[in-house]
Amino acid sequence: MANAPDRHTELGLKEEDLLQMYRYMLLARFCDERQWALNRAGKAPFVVPVSGHEAAQVGSAWAFEKGKDVFCPYYRDLALVLVAGFEPRDVFLGLFGKAEDPSSGGRQMPAHWGSRRLNIITGSSPIATQVLHAAGIALAKKLKREAAVVGTWFGEGGTSEGDWHGAMNFAGIHKLPLVFICENNQYAISVHESKQVAGRVYQRAAGYGFPGFEGDGNDVLESYRLTKEAVDRARAGEGPTLIELRTYRFYSHTSDDDDRTYRTREEVEEQRKRDPIPRFEGYLKEQGILDDARIEELRAEAKAKVSEDAKAAEQAPFPDPAEGPKHVYGDLEVD
Amino acid sequence: MAEKNLVQAIHDTLQEEMKRDDRIVVLGEDVGARGGVFRVTMGFLDEFGEERVIDTPLDECLIAGVAIGLALDGMRPVAEFQFADFIFPGFNQIVQEAARIRYRSNGDFNVPLVMRTPYGGGVHGALYHSQSIEAFFAHVPGLKVVAPSTPYDARGMLVQALEDPDPVLYLEHKKCYRLIKGEVPDERYSIAFGKAEVRREGTDLTCVSYGLMHHFCLEAAERLQADSISVEVIDLRSLFPLDMDTVLESVAKTNKVMIVYEDNRFLGLGAEISAQIAERALFELDAPIVRIGGPHVPAMPYAPTLEHWFLPDADRIEQEMRKLAGY
Repeated sequence: MANAPDRHTELGLKEEDLLQMYRYMLLARFCDERQWALNRAGKAPFVVPVSGHEAAQVGSAWAFEKGKDVFCPYYRDLALVLVAGFEPRDVFLGLFGKAEDPSSGGRQMPAHWGSRRLNIITGSSPIATQVLHAAGIALAKKLKREAAVVGTWFGEGGTSEGDWHGAMNFAGIHKLPLVFICENNQYAISVHESKQVAGRVYQRAAGYGFPGFEGDGNDVLESYRLTKEAVDRARAGEGPTLIELRTYRFYSHTSDDDDRTYRTREEVEEQRKRDPIPRFEGYLKEQGILDDARIEELRAEAKAKVSEDAKAAEQAPFPDPAEGPKHVYGDLEVD
Repeated sequence: MAEKNLVQAIHDTLQEEMKRDDRIVVLGEDVGARGGVFRVTMGFLDEFGEERVIDTPLDECLIAGVAIGLALDGMRPVAEFQFADFIFPGFNQIVQEAARIRYRSNGDFNVPLVMRTPYGGGVHGALYHSQSIEAFFAHVPGLKVVAPSTPYDARGMLVQALEDPDPVLYLEHKKCYRLIKGEVPDERYSIAFGKAEVRREGTDLTCVSYGLMHHFCLEAAERLQADSISVEVIDLRSLFPLDMDTVLESVAKTNKVMIVYEDNRFLGLGAEISAQIAERALFELDAPIVRIGGPHVPAMPYAPTLEHWFLPDADRIEQEMRKLAGY
């Protein structure tokens, strides 16, 4: 095993980094399994699953500096917001629509992330609107001469929206410190990439005058490498980059979708063989960082954490109806 | 104190505010070298440089979305939409994002954004350079919508908009730009939103309006004075928040009310104002509420005869006032 090539050291990642990245991937996966089960048990009306995207999200998020850089995610980015500072408890508070939900105080559907404290910009449901906000924030950083970099995440479906093209155009014109990260899982709900994207997503960057790259989004180190290079370029004032991370979602689009209407079980099973988590475990074992016993321990720890946090969130109070009219305006009351 | 027209008042105020606060940036189509198609940002590029005076690509969705991002990161963007008629590609960003961000984040984020746009007809602008868009946006909680009709108000309300913690749609009537002149103090002052102005006191009927129509109402009221018909004329100035207290107080005095607006009459501001009068002051009324508004056609046509047919004027308002006074 000692002969397996070390890919992480040359990326500047230490063993401790890898273990944390692995832990976030596990937490995301177990949060997902728990929230899906809660939905099927009738306890959570709506779930946006993340399973399959963990490597793309954790790897790309790891390239940013927390407390300085800005995250403009989309709804599938559960693993990403964990890296940015959410606890599993926060995920479940949002899932149940509880008062302490840090994203919205129980106002939004689950998975509409946001936290000023953590530099996670609040998101909505219309697709790719956050990409323009990311461009505006990146422009503000540039005008203020701050060394911060903005990351924005979206699916390949999002690249059809005018907002996305507008942001790409603007970022190219102004050489903004902005990294565009496409989590291409091949399906926008049911519509396959072949009916969504003419050409390839990453090649669209050329039309806007900056580089685009594609990589294996089920490989956490590859996702990190591509994003880190882009973040470094952005921080050095060299402008934006588009990264296309190819991945797959294992569940339906949401708990209200049924992917059997548009994907064969064979296809899903085939894709599950490329599951990013066992793949990363394989690397960690090859490098002698973990063994099977330790993996079992870490999995059990993560599962216990998720279980404890989910229970705590389930017991937390709902918002008081008196909260309903608050925060429409900063200086006006409404009735 | 100097006499200025509406464009000069807005130009000078924005220029002064940009000198006071370097968080303010303007962005829009042709706001740079051209100084805006109506010259509101004339000379700004030379004075403030291209980092603060940003010529954007021709993409109103982008203008709105980038401005939201700037506001979220502590800047004070002033987004110019070249004509109100072209704001609709930005509708999703303005309504779904700017307006809802404070509420959806439970007060964690806010969007201090000023959106300026020229609106209204009477300028041979036809379907796509004459529109009144206020009803679409005043309907949306989270937005404030203002329509100052005088240079004095334009200055005070722009200062207020720039200090506002939330998105403000600041409507500038194109016909008023150079037609309406008035004294504007050099001192800095602000005018709070949600406070209508009684510009002419009267006892026989109340006339509520805003923008260009307000000036036509004043003209019509002046003509009626000769026949001893006394009209109270109210300029709303702020469409949301809406100062119904001033309207209701006036209705309680005159017992007759008309609402004049050039936007399509159906579900326009007049509909809301009428409903609130009916809810809160029905028994004060001695006559049915009158609404004068644009006809239910898609927008103002071009030919002078057709434009005149669409747009209420002082003659038509005068006739309606006489009818209502004699009811």
